[in-house]
Amino acid sequence: MSEKRYDYLIIGNSTAAIAAVEAIREVDRAGTLAVVSDQPEHCYCSPLITYCLAGKIPEEQLDYRPGDFYEKAHVDTILGAAATEVKPAAHEVVLADGRVLGYGKLLLAIGGVPFVPPIPGCDLSGVFTFTRHEDMRRVQEFIDGNVVRQAVVIGAGMIGVKVAEAFAHLGIETTVVELQDRVLPLALDQVGSQMAQHVMEEHGIRVLTTAGATSIGGGSGKVQSVTLDTGSRLPAQIVVVAVGVRPNTALAEHAGISVNRGILVDDHMRTSDPDIYAAGDCTEGFDPLLGETRPIAIWPGAYMQGEVAGRNMAGQDDGYVGSIPMNSIQVCGLPTISVGLTTPPEGAEVLQYKSPDGKRYRKFFILDNKIVGALFVGEIDRAGIITGLIRDGKDVSSFKQSLIERDLGLLALPKHYRKHMVSGPGIEV
Amino acid sequence: MKRIYAKEDYCIGCRLCEIYCIFQHSGCDTLVKAFSQKDCLPDPAVRVEEDGAISFALQCRHCDDAPCVAACISGAMTRDPETGAIKHDPDKCIGCWSCVMVCPFGAIQINLEKGKVSSKCDLCGGDVMPACVAHCPNEALVYE
Ligand SMILES: Cc1cc2nc3c(=O)[nH]c(=O)nc-3n(C[C@H](O)[C@H](O)[C@H](O)COP(=O)(O)OP(=O)(O)OC[C@H]3O[C@@H](n4cnc5c(N)ncnc54)[C@H](O)[C@@H]3O)c2cc1C
Ligand code: SF4
Ligand code: SF4
Repeated sequence: MSEKRYDYLIIGNSTAAIAAVEAIREVDRAGTLAVVSDQPEHCYCSPLITYCLAGKIPEEQLDYRPGDFYEKAHVDTILGAAATEVKPAAHEVVLADGRVLGYGKLLLAIGGVPFVPPIPGCDLSGVFTFTRHEDMRRVQEFIDGNVVRQAVVIGAGMIGVKVAEAFAHLGIETTVVELQDRVLPLALDQVGSQMAQHVMEEHGIRVLTTAGATSIGGGSGKVQSVTLDTGSRLPAQIVVVAVGVRPNTALAEHAGISVNRGILVDDHMRTSDPDIYAAGDCTEGFDPLLGETRPIAIWPGAYMQGEVAGRNMAGQDDGYVGSIPMNSIQVCGLPTISVGLTTPPEGAEVLQYKSPDGKRYRKFFILDNKIVGALFVGEIDRAGIITGLIRDGKDVSSFKQSLIERDLGLLALPKHYRKHMVSGPGIEV
Repeated sequence: MKRIYAKEDYCIGCRLCEIYCIFQHSGCDTLVKAFSQKDCLPDPAVRVEEDGAISFALQCRHCDDAPCVAACISGAMTRDPETGAIKHDPDKCIGCWSCVMVCPFGAIQINLEKGKVSSKCDLCGGDVMPACVAHCPNEALVYE
C-alpha cells in the first residue's frame, strides 16, 4: 500500500519538472502534486554550475525559482530520495528508502546521465563528470584539498568547453581533448569552431582536436596523467570526462514502458502507458526539421516538453510540434548561436557572411525556400527572428539576401508576415 | 492581458518612444538630468526600425507561450503569475543569450560587454500607461 497518493507525481526536479509544475498549476490549483528527486537541492540551473565553479556567480544564484516556489504552488517535495521502481499496474512509485507513493498521473522528468567511455583509469580519484550540483561540489573540494596545477577535459562539447573555461578562469593550466576535428562539433561548422578555438586559446586553454584519450594514469589512487592515441601523455591532477549525456531510461525500461534511445513519447508527451508521461532529456523528442525522433538534450526543449506534459496531465489537450535543436553557447566571451541543422542537407543552398575583420560570421542553409539551419558567431543580436522563420517554415525566397547582408530586423520581413507576427485587435503593422 | 501594439502606418520615426523609455527607466526625475548622465543610461526596451518611409516601434510582445521563459537557463525570465507580463531579472541574468536565440521579434536588447540583457519591456510596471505609448505624438503605439 502506498503511503500517500498524489493526483500528479513528478520524478525529477529540474527544467522539465518545473515547467510541468507551472503548467499543471495554471490549469489545476487543487489537485495534489509532489516532486521527487534523488538530489537534495532546491530546483537549480544545471547549466550554471560551471559559472559557479569559476566563482562568477554565488551558489545562491543557482536557484531556478524562488525559495518559496513549491510552497506557493502547493507542491510537496520529496528531495534526496531516488525513485527505484515504477509499478504502472498499481500506479505506484517505490523510493530508495522504501517509501511507496501512489499517483494518478506520473511524469518522468529524469533527465540524462553522463556517458563515461570505457577508458582505463576513469575510477581514479580526481576524475569527474560534470552535470550535477554534487559534481561541482566534489570538484571544488578536490581543488581545495589537492595541488591542482593542470587539468584535462575530455570532450569539447558544450559542457566540456564551459568546464575548461571555468578551470582556466581559476588559473589551472587546461587542455581540452576532442576526438572530432573541431571544438563544439555538434553546434558549429569549421569556420565557427575555428573562431571558438581561437578565443579559447587566447584565454590560455590548449585545444587538441582529432585526439582521443586512451587511458588515464595515476599513482596512489589519484589521477596523474591522460594518455592520447597519438602517444603523448598530458600531466593532469584533475580530469573531467564530458563526452556526452544519454537519456536516463532505466526506470522506464524496468516498468515495461517503450524505450528506444530515449523514452518514447507521443505529441502529448505520453509514454506507452496512458497515465505516465515523460519530458526533457530522458525522452526521444520529435525533430520537425528531420521529421524523426531523436534525443535532443537542450534546456528550451526540456522546458517546452515539460509544459506540454503538464497541461495534458491536468486534462487539457495540447499537442507539441517538436523541438528544433538549438544552442546558445558563450565561448570565453564569444557568443555563438546555432539553430536547426548544422550540416547542410543535400540540395541546400548555403548563404554566408563574414565581416571584413573576421569577427562576425553568419550562415544559413536554405532548402525548398525555407531556412533549415542557421549559425551566428560573434554577433547574435536578434538571432531569434531567424529561429522564428525556421519554426514557422516560412518561405524566405523573396528576402533571403537581405537576411544575410544587413542587421537583422523585422523590416527585412515582408509586410504581411510582420503583420501576422505582431497582429492584435485592429492593428496595422 | 493588455499589450502594446504598433501601427506602422502612423509611425513617423521620431523615436520619442525610445527617449521616454530610457527616461522612464533611468530613475531620474527630469529628462534633462537623465540624459546628462550618458554612461549609466539604460538601453531603450522599444526599438524603432526604419527604412525610408517605413518605420515602426516594437517592444516585447509578452507572448502567451513566451519562448524566452522556456529558454532562459538562469531563471531570470519569468512570467508574472498575476499580470501575465514577462519579467527579466538582471541580477539573475548571466548573459547566455538563449532568450535572444528564441525571441521571434528580436525584442531583447543585449550588452555584450556587460554580458547581460540590458533591457526588455516591463510594461512600465503594468499599472500605468507605458511611457512609450503615452508620449507617442502620433498615436502609433496603443495599449489595449
Ligand atoms: C554544465 C551544463 C551546461 C549546460 N548548458 C546548457 C546550455 O547552455 N543550453 C542548453 O540548452 N542546455 C544546457 N545544458 C543542458 C540542460 O541543462 C538540460 O538539457 C536540461 O536541464 C534538461 O532538463 P531535464 O529536466 O530534462 O533533466 P535534468 O536537468 O537532467 O534533471 C533530471 C532530474 O531528475 C532527477 N532524477 C534523475 N533520476 C532520478 C531518480 N531515479 N529518482 C529521482 N529523481 C531522479 C535529477 O535529480 C534531476 O532533478 C547544460 C547542462 C550542463 C550539465
Ligand atoms: S522577449 Fe520576445 S519571446 Fe519573450 S515574451 Fe517578449 S516578445 Fe515574447
Ligand atoms: S541572457 Fe539572461 S535572460 Fe536571457 S536566457 Fe540567458 S540568463 Fe536568461
